[in-house]
Amino acid sequence: MSHATVTPKSANSLHGARLPKWFPWAVAAASVALGLGISTVAGLDSSIQWALIASLLFIVGSYAVAAAVEGKRQAKDRTATSLVWVAFLMAVIPLASLIWETVKQGVKVLDGFFLTHSMGVVADQEPGGGIYHAVLGTLEQVGIAALISVPLGILTAIYLVEYGRGKLAQAVTFFVDVMTGIPSIVAGLFILSLWIIMLDMGYSGFAGSLALCILMIPIVVRSTEEMLKLVPNELREASLALGIPKWRTILKVVLPTSIGGIVNGVMLAIARITGETAPVLLLVWGTSTINANPFDGPQASLPMYIYLQYSNGSEAAYDRAWAAALTLIAFIMILNLAARGIARWKAPKTGR
Amino acid sequence: MAKRIDVSGLNAYYSNFLAIEDISMTVEPRSVTAFIGPSGCGKSTFLRTLNRMHEVTPGGRVEGKVMLDDENLYGAGIDPVAVRREVGMVFQRPNPFPTMSIYDNVAAGLRLAGKYKKSELDGIVEKSLKGANLWNEVKDRLNKPGSGLSGGQQQRLCIARAIAVEPKVLLMDEPCSALDPISTLAIEDLIGELKEQFTIVIVTHNMQQAARVSDRTAFFNLAAVGQPGKLIEIDDTERIFSNPSVQATEDYISGRFG
Repeated sequence: MSHATVTPKSANSLHGARLPKWFPWAVAAASVALGLGISTVAGLDSSIQWALIASLLFIVGSYAVAAAVEGKRQAKDRTATSLVWVAFLMAVIPLASLIWETVKQGVKVLDGFFLTHSMGVVADQEPGGGIYHAVLGTLEQVGIAALISVPLGILTAIYLVEYGRGKLAQAVTFFVDVMTGIPSIVAGLFILSLWIIMLDMGYSGFAGSLALCILMIPIVVRSTEEMLKLVPNELREASLALGIPKWRTILKVVLPTSIGGIVNGVMLAIARITGETAPVLLLVWGTSTINANPFDGPQASLPMYIYLQYSNGSEAAYDRAWAAALTLIAFIMILNLAARGIARWKAPKTGR
Repeated sequence: MAKRIDVSGLNAYYSNFLAIEDISMTVEPRSVTAFIGPSGCGKSTFLRTLNRMHEVTPGGRVEGKVMLDDENLYGAGIDPVAVRREVGMVFQRPNPFPTMSIYDNVAAGLRLAGKYKKSELDGIVEKSLKGANLWNEVKDRLNKPGSGLSGGQQQRLCIARAIAVEPKVLLMDEPCSALDPISTLAIEDLIGELKEQFTIVIVTHNMQQAARVSDRTAFFNLAAVGQPGKLIEIDDTERIFSNPSVQATEDYISGRFG
C-alpha cells in the first residue's frame, strides 16, 4: 500500500520541464536572422561581423531560454554544447571556404593538357602551359626525401622505444625535439651552405630532398615513437616468454601491431613536406622546362610553381597558380585518404 | 621431459630495491607447485626469475642460482632466449597477438623462433589446442583473429601458444584472476592434465585454487612495505592447509592476516 502512495510522488520529482528537440535549431535560426537584421540596420557589410553577432546571440539566447524553462543546471549544459558547436563551425568554415575557393578558381584551367605539359616556351603573361614539370619535380623530390627519411625515422623510433636507455637516448630525443622546431628556411640554408657552397654541388632536386629530409625525419620519429609506445608491453613479454628473440619480437609482433599508425604518420609527414616552399626555392632553383633528373640541374616543384606564377601577376598566371594549388591540395588529400585506408586495413582485428 | 627446478640463495632487484631475498626451494617435475602470499610479496617477481623474464623489466637483476636439472640459468654463457624456450609462461591477463589469427597465435612461438617444419605445423597447432581444451571450440574458425574469443578462451589460447613450443616447465602468473568461475574451472582441469607432462608453477591469490590444483604450496610474505619478500615455507599442499609449521602461514590461510 505504501508503494502506491510513494511512487507517483517520486516519479514527479524526477520529472522536469524539457525543451523540445528542435529548440537549438530554432535558437540558431533566430540568432542568424537577428544577426543579419542588426548588421543591415547598423550598415555592417562584412559577413564575419554578422556571423559573430549571431554566434553570441545563439549562446546567450539558448542559455536564457533554457534557464527560464529548464533550470540553471540544464542551461549551463546547453551553453557548453552551444560553445562546442560554435567553436566547431569557426574551425570548419575557414577550411571549407578555402577548399571551395581553390576548387572554384582552380578548375578554370585544370585539365588533361594542363597536367601533361610544362611551361616550356609559354610566356608568363599568356594563357596555356601546364604543371607537368612541377608535378614531376615534386614527386621526385618528395619521393627521394621519403626514401631517406622513412627508414631512418622508423629505425630511430625503434631504437628510442625498444632499446634506448640512458644518456644517448636522452640526447637523441632532445635533438629530435629541436629538429621538429627547425624552420624550413633554416633547413634550406643549412643544405645550401653545406651541399651547394661548401661541396660545390650545384642546384638540383636532390639538394631540395636533403633539406626536406631534415624536416621530415623528426616528424616520422615522433609519430612512430608514439605508435610504438601504444603497443602493450604484455605483447612484448608474451613474445619474449615464448623464446622469440627481441629483434623478431619487434619485427613480427610490435611493428605489425602498430603498422597502421606508423603508415598514417608517414603519410602525414609526406603531406607536410610536399607543401614546403622555402628550401625548394633556395636549393632547386626552379625551371619552366621538364627536367626528369633530380640529381642534375634545376627542377620545378608545385609550391614553387604557385609562388612564381603568383608573383608574375598576369590573369593567366593567376589561373595557373590556382589550378596548381588545387592539384597540390588534391595530392595531399589523396595521400591522407590512402593513409586512413591503410590504417583501417592494417588495424588489429577484433571481430569474431 | 619435465625438469626439476632447484633454486638456491636467490635475490632479485629492481635497480637498487631488493624485491625478494634469499629464496631457496625445489620444484618437483610433473607436479603443480602453487605460490601464495599477500600482494607485493614478490611471488610474481620470483616466478619471472625462473625464466629470466625478470631482467626484461628495466633495472631488473638477479643474484643466486636457479638450476634447471643440471644447468644454472644464471650461469655464464646461458642464452636467455634459449631458457625461455625451455620455461614457458602464461600471464595474468590473456594477451593473444592482436594481428594474428588463432592458428598463427598458436604457431607463433615455433614460427618466430624459426625452428619448425612446415609439414608438422598443422599437427602441432591441433595438438596444442587440444591440449588446452580449446580445439572443439575453435576448429572451424582457426583463421579468425584470436582477439575475437572470450576472455577464458583467450587465456586457453595463450596456454596453447605456450605449450606449442614444448617447454619443460610452465609458469603461470595468476592465470585465472581475470576469468569467471566457469572458465577458471576449465583452466584448473587443464592444469591437472598438463602436469602429466610439464612441471607447473602457478601464482594465485585464490587459496581454494591453490588447495585444489597444487601438490606443493609455497607461502611468501614480507615484513613490511618496502622490505624484501621472503619465502616463509614450502611443503605439501595438504600440510600447508591443515597443519603448517609456521604461525604466519596459518594466519594468512585462515584470514587472520594483517
